[in-house]
Formats: sequence, C-alpha cells, structure tokens
Amino acid sequence: MRFGRLEPRSAAVADPARGIELRGVSHRYGDRPVLRDVDLHLTEARIGVVGANGSGKSTFARLLNGLVVPTAGQVLVDGLDTATQLREVRRRVGFVFQDPDAQIVYPTVAEDAAYGLENQGVPADERAERVAEVLARYGLSGHADHPAHLLSGGQKQLLAIAGVLVMRPARVVFDEPTTLLDLINARRVARVIGELEQQVIVVTHQLDLLDGFDRVLVVDGGRVVEDAPPGAAVAAYRVLMERR
Amino acid sequence: MTLSLYVPRRSVVHRLPAGAKLLALAVLAVVLFARPSLPVVGAALAGVLAVGLLLARLPVATLARQARTVLWWLVGLFVFHALFSDVATAAVTVLRLLALVLAAAVVTSTTRVTEMVAVIERLCAPLRLVGVRPARIGLVISMALRFIPVLAERADRIRQAQAARGGSARGVRGLRTTVTPLLVQLLQMAHTVSEALDARGADDVPPAGGRRAPAAG
Repeated sequence: MRFGRLEPRSAAVADPARGIELRGVSHRYGDRPVLRDVDLHLTEARIGVVGANGSGKSTFARLLNGLVVPTAGQVLVDGLDTATQLREVRRRVGFVFQDPDAQIVYPTVAEDAAYGLENQGVPADERAERVAEVLARYGLSGHADHPAHLLSGGQKQLLAIAGVLVMRPARVVFDEPTTLLDLINARRVARVIGELEQQVIVVTHQLDLLDGFDRVLVVDGGRVVEDAPPGAAVAAYRVLMERR
Repeated sequence: MTLSLYVPRRSVVHRLPAGAKLLALAVLAVVLFARPSLPVVGAALAGVLAVGLLLARLPVATLARQARTVLWWLVGLFVFHALFSDVATAAVTVLRLLALVLAAAVVTSTTRVTEMVAVIERLCAPLRLVGVRPARIGLVISMALRFIPVLAERADRIRQAQAARGGSARGVRGLRTTVTPLLVQLLQMAHTVSEALDARGADDVPPAGGRRAPAAG
C-alpha cells in the first residue's frame, strides 16, 4: 500500500513522493551511541518498528518529528530538515506517546484536545468546532468538560490521539501506543490507528498490531537490521530474540 | 482526587466572563471585610447560595463538599472567637469565611480552567516588559491543576507497592521510601511531558546540545 490515503483536509499536506528520509543518521547521548548510520526512505502508509528494550527504536521515533535532532546526518520530512525547519516539520508529523498521562496537559478533556490548536493560533470558533468533531469521532463528546484524570486508560489514550489528530498532521508517529492498555482498549486503539488516513509509523512490542502493515523495520543495537514486509520482518525479529 | 471543579451547565452564571466573576469575588471579599456585620455577611451568604444553587444550578453536593473542606477551620475559629471575644464576632467571622469559600466554589464551578487562565494571562501581560511570557504562566497553572491528581495517584501506587511487599509508608523510613521513587518517577515524567509539549507545538525552538535519552527503547 502506498501513500494514497492522506487525510484530504490535513493542514499540513504531505508530499508522497518525498516521505520521511533519514540520511546517514547517527545519534548518541553523551558518549553512548544509540543509533548508527541509518539510511531510510519512509513512504509507505503503514510502517512498524520493532526492537528490544534499549535497541534505539524510541529514539528513532523521536527523530521523525524533531523531538530528537540527530548528532550526525539529516532527517528530512517532505524535504524539510528537522534540525532547521522544526515548526513546519511538527505541523506535518504528530507524535503519540506511550503514557497518555504524560501527554495530557490540561485538566479537562476538551481543553486538552484544544491545546495544540491554540499553539497553532487557530481561531476560537474553528478550534471549538474541530475539538467537538474529534471528540465525537473517538466517543469522548460526553466527557468534554470532565476532568481528564478521571478517564479510563483507554479513553486517556484516545484523548492523547485526539489531541494530536485535531492538529491534522499528515503523518503520525506512535510510540508503543497500546503497551499500557488492556486487550479491549489495545484493540480499540489498534482499530483507530488502522482507520487513520495519515501515514502512520508505529513503534511497538505488540506484533499483532503490525498485521496489514506495508513495511516493518527491526532495530537492534542502534541499527536497522531488517527492513521487510511484516511476515518476514517479524520472523527475523523472533529469531533475533530467541538467540539471546 | 481532582482539582478541576468545573460543573457544566447552561446558565447565565456560566456564560459570564471569567474576569467579571473574579472581580465580583474580589469585591465581595472587600465588602465583607469592610462591613463585618451579621446582616451583611448573612445577606452575602444567602446571595452566594442563591447564585450558586438557583442561577448557576449547581448541585448542593458541590457546594457542600467545599464547605466540608473548611469545616474544622470554621469550628476552630468559632470556638476561638467565642472564647476570646464574643459569640456575635465568632458568627460573623465564620459566616464571612463560609461565604467567601462558597463564592470561590461558585466561580470555579462555573468557569473553565482555560477561561480562568486567560484572565491570569491578561493580568500578567505587563510582565512582558521584563521578558516574561504570560502564556507560559497560564500553561504552568493549567499543568499544576492537571498534574497534582496524577502525582497523588503515583504516590498512592508506590505506597500500595510497598504495602504489597510488607512495607509501611509511616515514619521517616516510610517517607524516604515513598519520596525517593516518587521523585525519580516525576523526573522521568517531566522529561516526557516536555517532549509532549514540544510535539504539540508549545516550543518550536530546537534543543541546545541535544536531549537526554528517552526512558525506553
């Protein structure tokens, strides 16, 4: 599946021909290298990233919207460099974290969903309309004025996703979005991810989340050691884990 | 535990601008301290209850909950003043405090946090002259309201984890074994929160000198 499903109303229009490109990317935290010599061109609609704890996959995810700027090489989103064109990159690439509690910053549901739009300077009327729309889409309308703290774990993750999607990014990166959820909520979030029209890049330990994906990267020791369709990549990942 | 007291209703009080409600609250406080008589504080209390229950249509339980939080203060104040001055002064003091607490509850129950924060940001606007960004002050207040319950929950989880292994949160040792892991969790969480703020456009300036590693992966 190629990149033909982008949300037509995306504020940031992705250029399918360009996608996300990593050119000779390495990254280190102090003296500790976490990613080495990564060269990739990500154009598919559904891309998964798997790897053991500490393999570098979370850092890899954070490179894609400039949360981490590589210590060597370049990350280009539709040709925009994350090191120098951060504002535009972040409008194009949304990021959903593993723990929604760390991502929800306002006390009530609707207020939090509106946060990114406030930062984008979206007028209040349009903000209210878009927030109502996204909350309705994820079954949170009835909770709009409720404290976010009182939502269930699954609802919090849906709110975290809504807070990103309301900004209409062209691509969304998910960092282990179902790790903290029970089976029902994990399936619900997986369904939400599956229905997105944006390009989606998911870092996960839950291999069934990758069913139907176009491409899966296996990260190990800071390198991409396998880059293949899900069947082959997951098989290679299992072999890699069993050798340990 | 939640610090967000907003009670959604369609009422004239809810529709009033947050600035007007805060101003009314300030005026009420000044009047109650300038005219400390039983008729004035009695009328003020009745007025606050009428606005809260009849106009704003807030549940009785919402106001009762706020009153309960200061119940022992009220009792203590009444006893103190009754012993060292007179019963009339004690009644005025207690009713005045109760009226103000309930008035504040009416304001917070009928005003969204974002509206309140917008007022605070407007009040802080002159601080721009000395390089302070009022939007940041507003964000800090919102995040404090959001994260205090989260912290309480995390502390509770740590206590439960200790109890499950036969530990106790009591005493100096209990305090140390609760506070240390809580601080570690808070620092980790603060890092993720700062990333989340960046990701949602709070600050588009790239970090100087890179960042430290994410918690996992």
